[in-house]
Amino acid sequence: MSDTDLIALTAAEAAHEISIGALSARELFDAYRSRAVADELNCFTWVAPAYEGARDESARNESARNESARNESVRDEGARDESVRDESARNESARGESARGGSKSGGGQAGSAANIVEARHDLRDTPLAGVPLAVKDLFCTEGVPSQSGSRILEGYEPPYTATVVARLQAAGASLLGKTNQDEFAMGSSNENSAFGPVLNPWDRTRVPGGSSGGSAAAVAAGLVPWALGTDTGGSIRQPAALCGIVGMKPTYGAVSRYGMIAFASSLDQAGPLTRDVTDAALLLGHMVGRDPCDATSLQLPAEIELPHAERLDGVRIGVPAELTGGGGAGGRGEERRGTGAGSVIEASGEVGGIGVGEGIQAGVLASFRAALAQAEELGAEIVEDVSLPHAPHALSAYYVLAPAEASSNLARFDGVRYGLRAADAEDLLDMYERTRHDGFGAEVKRRIMLGTYALSAGYYDAYYGRAQRVRTKIAEDFARAFARVDLIATPTAPSVAFKLGEKTGDPLQMYLNDYCTVPMSLAGIPAISIPCGLHEGLPVGLQLAGPAFSENELLDAAYALELALAFDGSPARV
Amino acid sequence: MHAVIDRDQVLHVARLARLSLAEDEIEPLAAELTAILDHVSHIGELDLEGVEPTSHVVDIAGALRPDEPRECLPREVALAQAPAVSPSGEGFSVPSPQA
Repeated sequence: MSDTDLIALTAAEAAHEISIGALSARELFDAYRSRAVADELNCFTWVAPAYEGARDESARNESARNESARNESVRDEGARDESVRDESARNESARGESARGGSKSGGGQAGSAANIVEARHDLRDTPLAGVPLAVKDLFCTEGVPSQSGSRILEGYEPPYTATVVARLQAAGASLLGKTNQDEFAMGSSNENSAFGPVLNPWDRTRVPGGSSGGSAAAVAAGLVPWALGTDTGGSIRQPAALCGIVGMKPTYGAVSRYGMIAFASSLDQAGPLTRDVTDAALLLGHMVGRDPCDATSLQLPAEIELPHAERLDGVRIGVPAELTGGGGAGGRGEERRGTGAGSVIEASGEVGGIGVGEGIQAGVLASFRAALAQAEELGAEIVEDVSLPHAPHALSAYYVLAPAEASSNLARFDGVRYGLRAADAEDLLDMYERTRHDGFGAEVKRRIMLGTYALSAGYYDAYYGRAQRVRTKIAEDFARAFARVDLIATPTAPSVAFKLGEKTGDPLQMYLNDYCTVPMSLAGIPAISIPCGLHEGLPVGLQLAGPAFSENELLDAAYALELALAFDGSPARV
Repeated sequence: MHAVIDRDQVLHVARLARLSLAEDEIEPLAAELTAILDHVSHIGELDLEGVEPTSHVVDIAGALRPDEPRECLPREVALAQAPAVSPSGEGFSVPSPQA
């Protein structure tokens, strides 16, 4: 196969080709590696020096390091009281995992680090067959730089691997690279990275979205078949939309956060960024499960299945006016102003006070409406009078809660145990303060300040306490909506990809990118973004959200729509 | 709740956050925080009387593991990424709290 043919394969197709012996995992890895090394979009913060099979061969001799990975290997996620860490228990759990993993070829001896190395020798027999994977910089990967896009962690090599990454490696994924991101996942354009901005492969003068911008751009540009991102308020879905790919945020707790460098712990969730919905389901299926190292992780009630629906008969899709430019109960808004590509229509929410600026581009709305018409043709019932009355307040609540949690989580970066330390400090306090001044970028400082203020004496009730109550109201809104509809549809992002530098001077304008994605994050429910068309040559994303644990229903609906919409992402893969 | 953040408040919060600020960072932060808090303060208009706060959407009970000793990171691994290690090699080295 030529490299061009290889790159044209989706991850699922490539895994199949490898499993039947038509393609070697190494050939595929090398093809992608040479593309990743030649990357001109600044997608990567690290690229694997060589094929992973070889890497693990040498790692095998470093028994101490293998041993230190013991906690991160795949475990029996079903055991509520797991504690014993002896070898036999680990092998037991490995067998359980590979049975559940649904390996087509049945060979995957996933388990302890030692077993992972064994499995490498026959990647062909693993469920993911050695298909290369890129991982957002903030996932800890043992012995590989994991810096969360921050200067304060420059060069940091963790002593352990995040559970989700270890699980994917055990299932046969080969780590191709670490991807660029907004610093500590704070941003919607990937312009807050210490490693510089990522460029959008559809138009290199524009942003890829963020914070998982490197992952999204790399997948869209065909520099890797698929990638891991994290989503706190939209950081998987929004860059997926802006880059014309699929991005999914699962139900909060579905994927272990152990080894993810934390931003806002009650919201952070890992998910797949892929070329199509089938790949998203395949990757997610090997990510989920309870992990004793993350007390908030849980076992999904059903295994993730590959999607197969071609129709949407009987599926009720709600279109909340508050997040869709007032197409339903709120009535159409009026043309307001131009920003970047195309004009803007104001989203006319029913709640007063904060409607100004939450504009959704006319071209985005048109594409969104066309996708809904397509869904109707597939048999779906479009329900226009579904309301999420508190959704317009979600962004405000989010920008209290997320910075508050961040200010606490980022307290650990103090120059003592890892990362940067400012030189020539006068005393301990001076060292802390100067290290954090030197190590954090402007947006991270802004959010630490905001969060510290919101949690400080005298303001806690007015900001943090109220925001937590708004969160309750938003979750109740969704519960009420899902009593009437199966899924909710919105545009993923209010606009197509905007110009580099266009919004960096105004933090609030940047935050408004998350307008349609934050409500689902606060409610902890799953949501997927799929490309639904182009506006002025740039991709538009459609977001589908469902109740907690509705991953399979979401994937099925997204798959049926994907087939019907037949979006062509290949122009970005030149 | 329409807060105006001034220079003194910026410096006070920065102290709480263990963050030193350069002179040219202070005024922009004051203006930005004021604008963000102004937007955020709209949640003050909602009637939230009697509404329970949500700190976490997932309600998991009994997630505790048995209290049994487990291996921890070897000391040299834990210290490997430290900016400074004590001369004995046994701990993290930091500047004196009262230099």
